[in-house]
Amino acid sequence: MPFDYETLRVIWWALLAVLLIGFAIFDGFDLGVAALIPFVGRADGERRLLINAVGPVWEGNQVWFILGGGAAFAAWPPLYAASFSGFYVAMFLVLVALILRPVAFKFRSKIEDPRWRRTWDWVLCVGGLVPALIFGVALGNLLQGVPFRHDAELRPIYEGGFLDLLNPFGLLAGLVSVGMLIMHGASFAAMKTSGPVAVRSRRYGAIAAVATVVLFALGGFAVAWWVPGYVITSPVDTLGPSNPSYKTAAFEAGAWLSSYKIRPWTTLAPFLGILCPLLAARLLWRSRDLAAFLMSALGVAGIVATPGLAMFPFVMPSSSHPNASLTVWDSSSSQTTLFIMLVATIIFLPIVLAYTAWVYRVLRGRVEPAHIDLNKQSY
Amino acid sequence: MIDFEVVNLSRLQFALTAMYHFLFVPLTLGLSLLLAIMESVYVMTGRRIWRDMTMFWGILFGINFAMGVATGITMEFQFGTNWAYYSHYVGDVFGAPLAIEGLMAFFLEATFIGLFFFGWDKLTRVGHLAVTWCVAIGSNLSALWILVANAWMQHPVGSRFNFETMRMEVTDFFSVIFNPVAQSKFVHTVSAGYVTGAVFVLAVSAWYLLRGRHVEIAKRSMTVAASFGLASALSVVVLGDESGYTTTEHQKMKLAAIEGMWETHAAPAPFTVIGFPSLQDRETRAAVQIPWLLGLIATRSIGGVIPGINDLVADGEARIRKGISAYDALQRLQRDRHDATARADLEKADRDLGYALLLRRNVQDPRTATPEQIREAAWSLVPNVPVLFWSFRIMVAIGVFQILLFAVAFWFASKRTLDRHRWLLWLAVFSLPLPWIAAQLGWIVAEYGRQPWIIEGVMPTFLGASMITAGNVWMSIVGFVVFYTGLAIVDLVLMIKYIRIGPSEYWRVPDIGAGHPIDGGMYYQTASARAGEARAAGSQ
Repeated sequence: MPFDYETLRVIWWALLAVLLIGFAIFDGFDLGVAALIPFVGRADGERRLLINAVGPVWEGNQVWFILGGGAAFAAWPPLYAASFSGFYVAMFLVLVALILRPVAFKFRSKIEDPRWRRTWDWVLCVGGLVPALIFGVALGNLLQGVPFRHDAELRPIYEGGFLDLLNPFGLLAGLVSVGMLIMHGASFAAMKTSGPVAVRSRRYGAIAAVATVVLFALGGFAVAWWVPGYVITSPVDTLGPSNPSYKTAAFEAGAWLSSYKIRPWTTLAPFLGILCPLLAARLLWRSRDLAAFLMSALGVAGIVATPGLAMFPFVMPSSSHPNASLTVWDSSSSQTTLFIMLVATIIFLPIVLAYTAWVYRVLRGRVEPAHIDLNKQSY
Repeated sequence: MIDFEVVNLSRLQFALTAMYHFLFVPLTLGLSLLLAIMESVYVMTGRRIWRDMTMFWGILFGINFAMGVATGITMEFQFGTNWAYYSHYVGDVFGAPLAIEGLMAFFLEATFIGLFFFGWDKLTRVGHLAVTWCVAIGSNLSALWILVANAWMQHPVGSRFNFETMRMEVTDFFSVIFNPVAQSKFVHTVSAGYVTGAVFVLAVSAWYLLRGRHVEIAKRSMTVAASFGLASALSVVVLGDESGYTTTEHQKMKLAAIEGMWETHAAPAPFTVIGFPSLQDRETRAAVQIPWLLGLIATRSIGGVIPGINDLVADGEARIRKGISAYDALQRLQRDRHDATARADLEKADRDLGYALLLRRNVQDPRTATPEQIREAAWSLVPNVPVLFWSFRIMVAIGVFQILLFAVAFWFASKRTLDRHRWLLWLAVFSLPLPWIAAQLGWIVAEYGRQPWIIEGVMPTFLGASMITAGNVWMSIVGFVVFYTGLAIVDLVLMIKYIRIGPSEYWRVPDIGAGHPIDGGMYYQTASARAGEARAAGSQ
């Protein structure tokens, strides 16, 4: 095998991050647009404009999330098992939102009744907000560590409840996520629409971008002074079998920030997370929509990457039994599986990116209201 | 300790959501290919009616597709939420085909489905046809990878237990992909999907013909559906037979249960057409049998012996005893992972470790099981015989009926007299639910017939569940039932509404890009040009 186990683990840790960032950038803007529908779109025609702006692409975008789940299952089975069962209620809420969204997109405009359509508009709004909030809350809780352990057979046992997730820092992270995706959705809407809808989108986008930066910075201060990090306290075997009980770990104040000292290049992530949204706000103000959208995407990437890089090599620390924490070195698949999956990714991910780019090229340009009326197949 | 309330509720939830998901999947599989065929005819002949057909069936496809995608997410989530220990135990093997499915197939269909609806006036004819084919190929590839994963649950090849990580790990990925069970299941399942698509088109078109509406589109659609359906229905049966053959080799207990065959019969075994299997008395009463038939189908030989349930239970008991020695070695290894003797002991018997785990239903430590408990565990290997027996027979009867239906429809279609045989049209309309019933029964035979295993011979179902509270699972089950029922109603209302409206509404949708001659050299304007004119007219 051309890669050793350690390299494969780091590659898959990075690939999982790439998939999550891909999800936040691609599906993020349609979650954001959905959340904005009742506010940015005043009349039915305006709302259809927003829906049809994301109409042709949201289905493909959502696959980033499905693929992220699939990759976690295949490359990080202990992480997938512990997080999905531990966050049971939260996952159920995300699921409901993610099921309602596709259905709302498809069904909303199929019946011409104002009440029917208004109902689905609010379904879309909530369906966009709930996943955005919960993903942020989940990430905020991962940073703090969540209460779980393993039994002798390595069965994950979660010891907290749903309401424990809604702690102050978790909620702060949730708000960062909501603000970020609204900024991103608004810049996409500004780019794809025209007229009053675009004007309102720019305004919402700029406000959300500034709010995101403030909340994100607040989160940074909290991590520096309030949220303890974790460290591995036993010798690390980066080539060893994936068994979290073979190591020991402990809390350490400020541990999350120390990783930025060890690997200075990682400070690029929070730097992008603060600078790019501010630039996006300014560009939106000056109606340079494409540039604003790209800046927003870069900002999203920086914000999502920040906690991931800070926690390395931890992926899911345990607050109740730190030794049970899952790290890059003890919660991956076997070397064989990681390698096979890498080959599949190297072959197929470029193909996916190529045809996604082609689809966006075909669909370039702003959505025209007259076009929606003519095409009976539009949403 | 295992909370059996959580296990049973999680099983119920998985069954409900999987069966619900599978109301939409077969139609997606079948219709996507039918759309691609119809649009191919359009591009080759240039006759506009074929494009209208593609667009009309495309609307119905779209409503169904959204539901399929939405309910599919539930399936992926549930492995983690409700079957966490299963996910830990087999993620190394089972996760890979799921992830590759996303990468190779789901991305393809989901990215191009948007262009299918929004690309009519943005792409050339051939360009749009390519998009439609990508959707069809994507959905079929998707089925392939899901069935590779499922086949591994039925016949876990290419993997071995690793005591250091407490899970199954891949040893030979190619045998996982080229699992013989996967191949026969894939072709059987997608063909069943094609049949579903064909029956759907046949039934809706027949209804139009009975009403005398959209006659031209309905007749052509029926012809396509009848020929495509006939080929697919034959393939379902042929490949279902292949599936049965692989079951004989790899899942002997499932086959014996389907046949209600308690005793091993001298070869070649008879096929029981009908009978009344009883779990309590362990016999099948009033059996009507055709001599030799089962032996010939299942072993493809005269001398092949098919073991009966009683003998298989006895085999199982021996494997449980062997598995206990593997379990004992594993316990020693957990105390000291460098214990070489224990390691050698485990390697000798690890293929039977799963059988020892069956005892965990009643005993915390399998090593302390009494002979009585071991016998009980061996009998737990028998799935629900009457349910399998009847599900299988009804499924096969529907399959045979569908072949006849398509054959007759095909005959009249080729004589161009479809609309003159009203009895056939009514028969087609009333056949609409049949492929769904058959598909659900097929799922029951395959998955309920796999019990008590979540992975055949490796892990009992009850061990795979998450350590969550029954209250949580109650909440999600009730949530799903309420929520899915609501969606089903909305879905049906929309389907019926759009079937009632019919194709005519879509005849004037914007056409493919300017400059592409259609219908003998007529040129159509692009949508944006029309929109420009509309605006100009409005401002005057």
